[in-house]
Amino acid sequence: MDDTVLFSLRLSFQVAVIATFFVAIVGICIAYILSRADFRGKELLDILFTLPLVLPPTVVGYYLIILFGRNGYLGKYLHEFTGWSIMFTWYGAALASFVVALPLMIKTTRASFESVDKSLVDASYTLGHSELKTVLKVVLPLSKKGIIAGIVLSFARALGEFGATLMVAGNIPGKTNTMTLTIYSMANSGEWMKANVLVLFFTFTSGAFLYIANRFSKRMV
Amino acid sequence: MGLSVRLRKQVDRFLLDISWEMGNELAVLFGHSGAGKSMTLQLIAGLMKPDEGFVSSNGNVLYDSAAKINLQPQRRSLGYVFQDRILFPHMTVAENIAYGLKSSTKHETEKKVTEMIRLFHLEGLERRHPREISGGQKQRVTLARALVGEPDALLLDEPFSALDNVLRVEMRQLLRDIRHQFDVPIVLVTHDLLEAYTMADKVILYSGGQVAHIGHPSEIFNNSSNPEVDFFLALNFPLLVAHTP
Repeated sequence: MDDTVLFSLRLSFQVAVIATFFVAIVGICIAYILSRADFRGKELLDILFTLPLVLPPTVVGYYLIILFGRNGYLGKYLHEFTGWSIMFTWYGAALASFVVALPLMIKTTRASFESVDKSLVDASYTLGHSELKTVLKVVLPLSKKGIIAGIVLSFARALGEFGATLMVAGNIPGKTNTMTLTIYSMANSGEWMKANVLVLFFTFTSGAFLYIANRFSKRMV
Repeated sequence: MGLSVRLRKQVDRFLLDISWEMGNELAVLFGHSGAGKSMTLQLIAGLMKPDEGFVSSNGNVLYDSAAKINLQPQRRSLGYVFQDRILFPHMTVAENIAYGLKSSTKHETEKKVTEMIRLFHLEGLERRHPREISGGQKQRVTLARALVGEPDALLLDEPFSALDNVLRVEMRQLLRDIRHQFDVPIVLVTHDLLEAYTMADKVILYSGGQVAHIGHPSEIFNNSSNPEVDFFLALNFPLLVAHTP
């Protein structure tokens, strides 16, 4: 296979795996807080974390530039202290994928946390166990299906991310050209044969993921 | 040993305002649904916060609104048995029982779980999951899990209401054996007259969020002189009252 194709394949998976790893950890924590705690501004927080799901990816990318760009609110300090910027690196692509995939993880995980029978949680408390132990031994195991579904959806979303990635990481050949960006470039320059390979690969991988996810969740009733 | 309870809690238009004490005995909270019995158990266990009051168990203060003491449910050392859906579905029978132990060595856990399995006639079911055992067996596992940590008191919220009649009689006998064996105060919530009559050392009669009467079952159900009690019995058990001279 062509070097560009191989590179973008590897990069896409790298970006999606890293993004999904953080999405899973952060998403589970936020989903738990939203499902169990009751505090002022909870709904506002929920809306804030859900926004990337409904906003156009370019708008999300725009916000990320404002926040993490070399002159951005946060990026400014990062650049000042380290001389480094996340813009136009594969980390930027991972950040963009993280932000757009996070709502999917929070939504599915929160729903499965909320479906855990509260009397089981209470039972764990009355048996003398702390909230942390209850989460680890009761809430998480009983939410396994939702968590796995969330991870699969997030991974698929991260793998397919295009708009925000383009704005934050650019489309630099051999550096930030993920699969989706490469397909776009190839279609633009009329390299249909190569684009076909990537498109077919994308389609089959995604299909396989969904198949595995379905099989897996069916087995765990 | 025993419990001392004084509680006040307003939920919407319902006001619970009760006060009772019990020693090392089996006390039945009796009354019809919505009288505040289950709510009392939740308040004692710390699963719900009272507006004001006082709860002590075995001489330890669990809740005292005046002194601003409110122990978390984890630190109250009370065994609580819920009406249903109470076993952890992802754990085996043995794991469910072992979960009732806070911290102990593997050897100790195994020993105690084996002992409980024997006491509650659960031999051969150790590795089964809750969905693979019967309703009566499930309720025995729940009792074993609540007792394995040796709580200061046992709170039972209509534990047998989902079982059929034969099983219910069996479970009542088991409960008497438990009382005997573990020497633990038991609070049993029920709206089953027969259960209250046959099980209780002391009946605490609930009516509309208040305690209408406290006494020995025979005293309450046979020759009550309390108009509240008469009214309650007439309302709920007209046939019974009709036969009383």
